[in-house]
Order: sequence, then C-alpha cells, then structure tokens
Amino acid sequence: MSFRPVGEIVAACEAIFEDLSFAKAREWKDAVPGRKVIGYMPVYVPREIVHAAGMLPLGILGGGADMEVIHGDAFYQSYICRIPRSTIEMAINGKLDFVDGMMFPSICDVIRNLSGIWKLLFKDKYVRYFDAPQNFRAEVGGVFYANEMRELRDGLANLAGREVSDDDIRRSIAVYNENRRWVNKVYDFRAAFPWKAPSAEVYLLMRAGMVLPPEEHTLLMREYLAAAEAANRPMRDNCRVVLTGAFCEQPPLNLIKSLEMSGCYIVDDDFMLIARWLLEDVPTEGDPIGNLSQAFLLHSAETAAKYEPDVARKGSYLIDSVRKRKADGVIFAAPSFCDPALLDKPMIISRIEPLGIPYIHIQYAENSSQMQPIREQSGTFADSIKLWSAS
Amino acid sequence: MSGQEVVKSNSQMVQKEMITRNYDRITGGTAKVSSTFVPGNLNELLMCFDIANNLPEINAIQNAMRKKSGEMIAEAERSGHSEDVCTYVKCDIGMMAKGNIAPNGKPFPDPDVLLLSYTGCFTFMKWFELLREQYKCPTVMLHVPYAADGRPTKNMRDYIVKQLKEDVIPVLEKVSGVKFDIDRLREYLRKSAIAENDLVWMLESSKHKPSPVDCYFGGVYYMGPIFTAFRGTDEAIEYYRLLRAEIEQRIALGLCAQSPDGDMPEENYRLVVEGPPNWTSFRDFWRMFSEAGAVVVASSYTKVGGVYDYDGFRHDPDHPLETLADYCLGVYTNRNLPTRVDMLARNIVDYDADGLLINSIKSCNSFSAGQLVMMREIEKITGKPGAFIETDLVDPRYFSAANVKNRLESYFQMIDQKRRAGGSAAAGAGN
Repeated sequence: MSFRPVGEIVAACEAIFEDLSFAKAREWKDAVPGRKVIGYMPVYVPREIVHAAGMLPLGILGGGADMEVIHGDAFYQSYICRIPRSTIEMAINGKLDFVDGMMFPSICDVIRNLSGIWKLLFKDKYVRYFDAPQNFRAEVGGVFYANEMRELRDGLANLAGREVSDDDIRRSIAVYNENRRWVNKVYDFRAAFPWKAPSAEVYLLMRAGMVLPPEEHTLLMREYLAAAEAANRPMRDNCRVVLTGAFCEQPPLNLIKSLEMSGCYIVDDDFMLIARWLLEDVPTEGDPIGNLSQAFLLHSAETAAKYEPDVARKGSYLIDSVRKRKADGVIFAAPSFCDPALLDKPMIISRIEPLGIPYIHIQYAENSSQMQPIREQSGTFADSIKLWSAS
Repeated sequence: MSGQEVVKSNSQMVQKEMITRNYDRITGGTAKVSSTFVPGNLNELLMCFDIANNLPEINAIQNAMRKKSGEMIAEAERSGHSEDVCTYVKCDIGMMAKGNIAPNGKPFPDPDVLLLSYTGCFTFMKWFELLREQYKCPTVMLHVPYAADGRPTKNMRDYIVKQLKEDVIPVLEKVSGVKFDIDRLREYLRKSAIAENDLVWMLESSKHKPSPVDCYFGGVYYMGPIFTAFRGTDEAIEYYRLLRAEIEQRIALGLCAQSPDGDMPEENYRLVVEGPPNWTSFRDFWRMFSEAGAVVVASSYTKVGGVYDYDGFRHDPDHPLETLADYCLGVYTNRNLPTRVDMLARNIVDYDADGLLINSIKSCNSFSAGQLVMMREIEKITGKPGAFIETDLVDPRYFSAANVKNRLESYFQMIDQKRRAGGSAAAGAGN
C-alpha cells in the first residue's frame, strides 16, 4: 500500500480538527440527497445504529481552544464547565445547522440538561437523551438497554424514512469492529514506540474519526500506521504516563503537546473513549441489538460516568492500563467543574497510591492558554520519575 | 439580625420533634440503618424491613444551619476533594472526618446498607461510591432513568420494577433479616397517599391572597415529613392534618405567610422560585424576602422529593412496585427542562405570581445547568419578569448577603415598574 508522508496525513487530520464548520461532514451529507447527520456528545453512544440508518455519526466535542464564546456564556453560569457553552455557541452560530439530530449520552447533569436546552431551542431537530444502564445484569440492565437501543433505531428509522433492519445493524457492527481494531493498533503502536507516534498526532488522528465515516477513518489509520512505522524519529528520554479524566471536555491540543515536550510520553489516555469503549469485537451473528447490549454490559471501558458495582474493581481499568502500557505514572487531567472526573479522582488515587504509582493532577478548560505552569508541573513530574523511580 | 429569636408555628414544632425522633432512632443502636437520598427516597419500602432512614442531604442541611458545614467542607478539600464539586458531598465527607456526629449530639452508626437511589442527580452515584469506600457495607444501586421526553416510558418503569424485585428487595431482606411483605408495603403506600392529598392542599393554599404560607422558606419545613423518613406513617398523616387545620385558620383570619419573625404584616410581592435555598444563611436569606413583603407562592424545591401537584401523582397501593417506580421517575430534577419550564410557567399563572426568581446553586448542576434558558422561556410564556441570584447549598463562602440583597431589591423595583406600566396587579388585595 502506498501512503502519504506522516506529516501530510497529520496535516489533513489537523485541518479536520480545526474546521468547526465540519466541511467534511457537510460534503458527505451533500454528496447524496437525503443523507442525514447525527451529532453525539461524549462519552458513548452506539454509533453502529446511527450508521445502520445510513447516517453519519458526528462527534461534537466542544469548540476547542480558539473559538470565541459570546452567546454560550449567556446560557451558563461561571461555575459550569466549558463544553456546553461552546457547543451552544456552535449551534447558535450555524456551525451545526446541517446536523439533523443530536444525541446526549448519560454522562453528567450538565450534558443531560443540555438535551433539554436543545429541545427548547431547536424544536425542529431530532433530540435523543441516551440513557445507558447502571445495572449490568443481562435480564435487568441488559433488557432496558436493548429496548432503549430499539427506541433509538425506530426514531432514526422515522427520521431516515426507511426501516433499519437487523442486517443493516450487523453490517455496521462489522464496520465498527474493524475501526476499533485499528484504533487499538494505533494505541498499541504508540505504547510500543511513543517517539514514532507522538500523542498530539494520535489525538488528531482520533479526532478525525469523530467527523469522517468510519470506513474512511479506518483507511486513514492504516495509512498513518504505515507512515509512522516508516518514519525515522528520535527517541527521547521521556517517562511514560497514562492520562485520565479527559473523557468529555477535551484539553487544548497545546496541552497534549506540552506534556510530551516536558518529558511525558502519553502511552494511554481516555480522550474520545467512544472509539475504544467496547473492549472486544461485537458478534456479527444473531440479534445485533442484543449483541451491542451484551458488549456494553460485559466488555466496556470503565469511566467515571459508569457505576462500578464491585468496589474491588474500582480503578482496575486504569491500573490495568498502567501495567499493560508499562507506564511510569498517571496524570489526572480533569476539566474544571467536571463532576464525574473530579469526584472519581480521590477514589482512583486511593487505588494507585498503595501500588506506588506516582501521579499528578492538572485541571484545564478546552480554551486554557497558559501552558507554562502545566509544562513545569509535568516536567517536574517526569524528572522525579526519572531520578527516583525504581526502574 | 440572625440573632433574633425565631417564631415557629405548631406544625414546625411538631415537625422538629419528628426529625429529632428519627435521629434518635438512627443513633439508638437498635435499628438497622440505611443511607439514601431525598429524591427517589423509598421510605415505604425501607419501613417494610424496619430499617431506619438516614438522609445525608438532610444531615448536610442540619450542619449548614448550625454553621458547621464550612469547616466540614474545608476538611474534605484538605483530603483531596476539589473546590469545584458538590458541597453536600464534601460536607458529608467532612462530617465523617470530624467524628460523624448527628444533630442530636450522638455519633451516627455506620450504615448497614447504602441504598443508592440514582434519581435526578448524577452526583448521587459518586457520593455513594465515596461513602462505600468508608463504610464497606452493602451498596445497592437503583438506577432511575431520566424522563428525557417529559414522561416515563414502559421500558423505564419495567427496568425500575425489575431492579426493585431482583436487586433492592433481596439486599434489604438480607441486611434486615425481614422477609418482604407486599401487603405491608401496600398499607404504607395507602397512608402515603392520604398525607399527599393534604400536602397538595397545602401547596395550593398559596393561591389565596394573601398567601397563608410561604412555599419556599416555609415550604422546606412543610416538606420535611413527606420527603424524609415519615412518608407512609400515621405520624405524617397527622402532621399534614395539623398543618392543614393551621393553614385553614390562617386563611380564615386573613393572615399573611409566616416569616422567621412571625406573621408578615403585608404581602407586596408574590414570587415563584426555582432552585434550592441557601442553608448557611437560611434565615437571613428568608428575611430579605419577608422584610420586603415578598412571599414565595410556589417553588420547584418543594418538588425535589416528589411532584404531587403537577400531574396528580399519588402513591398507588394497588400497584405497589410500579408506583414506587413512577414516584422516582417523576421527581422534579428527573424531569426534562421543557417540563420544568411548563411547571414553573403554570405556577406563575395559577398562583398569580409577579415573576420567577432563580436561586442558582453553584454545587448543583442538576438544578442549575440550563436555568438561564429556563428563565428566558418562562418570561416569554408568562410575560412576567425573571431574576437570577447565585448562592450555594451549604458552602458559606458562596453566600454574599450584600450581593443577593442588592439583586433582590432591584428585582422588586422591576416588579413595581412593571405594575406602574400596567403589568401585574399589586399583590395582597384579598380575593
């Protein structure tokens, strides 16, 4: 397979990332009359069902570092995080005017209530608050969740003006299985050779997956991996960290770059967790909605928005990641005013401290601009690991 | 002014005794104890297992009103909790660190079970995950889906009923050693419905002019028994009968609502209030209204533990588990924003209010996120002015008396101007 140089691929991803008018998604929609685009917010929605309805799932992750928020600040008090205000700003400014519907997953009260704001302000749009179960027994939470997905399927079918068959969903499950495999390959590659796949690049590559159709994104990841493997890049004497807490409002790209520049290779993270939410392939045989339900119940990532029924398992997802990725430490990176991340943090710290896993905590907003203090903090963290860790 | 002696009605005294008795039961060492939350509070179910009901939000409120919450929050922040998160949680965690002393001066026992009724508030889940770390007792999750389309669905109801049958009841049986008896539950639910009828009568009594009650500052007292450990009991029935008689007498005498200093001499403004009150300066806050002759005729906070007046919900003994599910699904913060807007707009019209005041709480995104949009929508629907103040639940750092008073005075002036321009008629004229 021929491939573009890595810089060219990353530049293309960065252009998608910076384009808050979502030209790529608009192009996709305009290419065939009748196509629909469904926006979704973090952390997880079953994109397979949107895809099966012939629609483009579009990840909406806020307005980023550079977008000026004017209207959005009139919607939210100062003590509420930034992602809902920049998302509203985009909607009011017409950046989301081509989006036919929005999905708001059950992650926190702010995103939950944003679904109500959408209903009040955009009455002609399809709006779906998507509740995932906090009970993980197949006959209880599983049945509830499967029925919620059926309601979603029927709502989207109504919007599409056509039936969404089980075969449609099976095909979409296969597409996303393939996409997830390549996402995991990129993450594995970065963990093995972090100097060859800098986190800012991996981040941009994954952000492209929030906008592009999954088939196209899969091809892009394949191309990137081939290009990154071929590139000759110097290995730095960085420590290896897992970054956690950034599963909703995203940090500025400069923050990710700053962490690596200061001496921390990010070898795992929870940015855009949706791309790796399901930990195993979803079977493509049998009842597709039942399969998606089972995958959620039994094989999905742990994050602060999800209840952990077994107290002994609390934090195990992060600890497993530290071990699997051979990380030296953890960076808790939480958006300001993020209830899930900030309330979860003390519990997770209580699990990693006894294991001697070093950590630091940083707080950000998507438009944070002062990186020097963060660089100093993470640089000191990296130095302390290099100087005093047992390895 | 906070040093003045507070004037209390008979019903308030009775309610205080009831709350004290519940704390004595919790700390008495004989009953099994559950911790659970006010919204989605399954008191009737807990009673079936003779389990005492301890509510951490109420403990935080008690600590705030006793001026103890500030140091408890500081304690929690010192132990690693963020300044940005819910102060109820931090107050609770700080209280544990400071000996976990109940308002009656006795130590709280460790709960025998954490009944995590995950209803209308995301933070509840994290709160009890945090408490579970400390107490290491059985924790049972009751996930109540959000009524995002404004009404519960069959799928939601079935899911809750299944959780009750397959998770919650078996855990409570095991913890208590008491076998579940559905007829016992039916009997408690029948009693709940009787008390709920009088509760709704009380809420609607503020349609009178002058209103005989304040449905925010006074309302939080009147809500006490039904939202805490007494729904389903004879005591609650008696309490609401007493309250009703008291209010009937006030109406007959043409009395204005009570304030911390006795009956308000006049009623100048009738308000609907959205959001919880501030608890650290509760009476000072109340006086800012009562001294201006402002009475709250309806509030969303008095629906936080259950909505009974909007769509006629009463606990139904003929469908005991289903009615518990419907109750949980219907609590105020589990309803979507368009429903909350409709509810408050109707209140403004039905109670002939001068406008909507939002007390936006820093700690509580479940209430606060979206309130500015709600205010604009309600102004649009009713043509009545809205106003916005910001305080916190139990963190004294976020109550700026001068700022709040200033905004309230401006709001009252705005209402006066509206009246002069031909808007709302002056309140207080008898009907």
